[in-house]
Amino acid sequence: MAAIDRTPGIRPRVTLGRRLDIAARRAFPVGCTVLLMLACETPFGFANQAALLPAVTLACVYFWTLFRPAAMPPMAVFVLGLLLDLLGYLPIGVGVLTLLVVHGVTLRARRVLTRQRFAWVWCVFACVATAASVLIWALDCLLSVRLLPLAPVLFGTVVASALYPAIANLLARAHRTVANPERA
Amino acid sequence: MFRLSIQTRQALGRLTLPVLIAAAFGLMLIGKADTVLADRARMALADSLSPIYVLLAEPLGRLRLAFGEATGLLSLRAENAQLRAENEQLRRWQSVALALDAENQRLKANLRWIPDPAPSFVTARVVADAGGVYAKAVLLAAGPNHAIRKGQIALDERGLVGRVTEVGARTARVLLLTDLNSRIPVILENSRTQAILVGTNGSRPRLLYWQEGARPQEGERVVSSAEANALPADLPVGVVHYSSANIPEVEPAAMLDRLELVRIFDYGLTGIVPPEAALRAPAERRH
Repeated sequence: MAAIDRTPGIRPRVTLGRRLDIAARRAFPVGCTVLLMLACETPFGFANQAALLPAVTLACVYFWTLFRPAAMPPMAVFVLGLLLDLLGYLPIGVGVLTLLVVHGVTLRARRVLTRQRFAWVWCVFACVATAASVLIWALDCLLSVRLLPLAPVLFGTVVASALYPAIANLLARAHRTVANPERA
Repeated sequence: MFRLSIQTRQALGRLTLPVLIAAAFGLMLIGKADTVLADRARMALADSLSPIYVLLAEPLGRLRLAFGEATGLLSLRAENAQLRAENEQLRRWQSVALALDAENQRLKANLRWIPDPAPSFVTARVVADAGGVYAKAVLLAAGPNHAIRKGQIALDERGLVGRVTEVGARTARVLLLTDLNSRIPVILENSRTQAILVGTNGSRPRLLYWQEGARPQEGERVVSSAEANALPADLPVGVVHYSSANIPEVEPAAMLDRLELVRIFDYGLTGIVPPEAALRAPAERRH
């Protein structure tokens, strides 16, 4: 329930600036995910930089689905998946399906997970990331009709699990401040 | 606008995810049926993002330079000693190279050798990683009226990087030697044996199909072969190195992990197979 509905009554109309503010705060989760995905594409000069993009995308979708599902609707997850496929050179549809499955599973586990300590949320993320990587690998093998090495996707899982605390810390700060529509 | 009851809206909300999952499967089918569509979509996206990448390239380059200088300061002494030793060695090599070059010129003059035409080239900045978990490629920013074409050869200052596989309005994608789909005809320099360099998605591509009895030697130089008219002859590719499983691999001469600028050469070669033939090729190659 939004703060405005808690005390019913007649109020002046919401101004344009405030409405824009609320819209910007609502769009923040998807917007920051897209920006982080683009940032992953710039060449930093690491070996195996390609593992970064799926890792960051998974972490963002998992975090926002868990803590603000209203701002990460299935349609947005679909678009993010398409972007992941195009930027990450996955066969089209693989990233979309993987992210949607992660979104669905996380939504189911939301009631229990949001009440747990951070370590638990992190452990579950590691499991979800492993399952997602194996799904990406299996679909990629199926679509390219050949057996691909499993090691690169598992390395991606390690990267995702290692990066999650940092990303979650950053996103949790944003979640309380700039991304909170109630503070508009 | 329809006003739906709360129950209907909830039911529709619950349906969104399954419908989108079904759509994802549909996308996979479309992607499988028409691979050119996906490539075109990727290049269109890369083209539209290239101004952002170009804008970011400058500060990132400066950052990398500053970082390199900071780490360089720490190892200044050791590096200096190493450079002095290397310089000594290279000076010896220089005199050998000059003598060989003079001899080569003399022999060519005696043989009435027809020199290869000098290829034209353009230099382009690497602005983004265009690879994925199972793809190794880089994205180059080219001007709006660039002359880069599919099949041209990319080299950095040390050796062969790869080939141009897709060209957009402002960008070009170069498939690296290390990509799973890369197959390059090469020659082992000591034995002049032909072989194929096969990308494995790892940092070192593998050598396959060399002639019987001419096993690649550890440390042997590998250069490109003009076989199949896809590459010019004698571009430096790398050095043979045996893996722990005793498989001959090639350590690429080019710094594929840290590409910043690459030169795209136009050798006017026409040996690249058209995409529709390349799609059929993997099925035929399998045994």
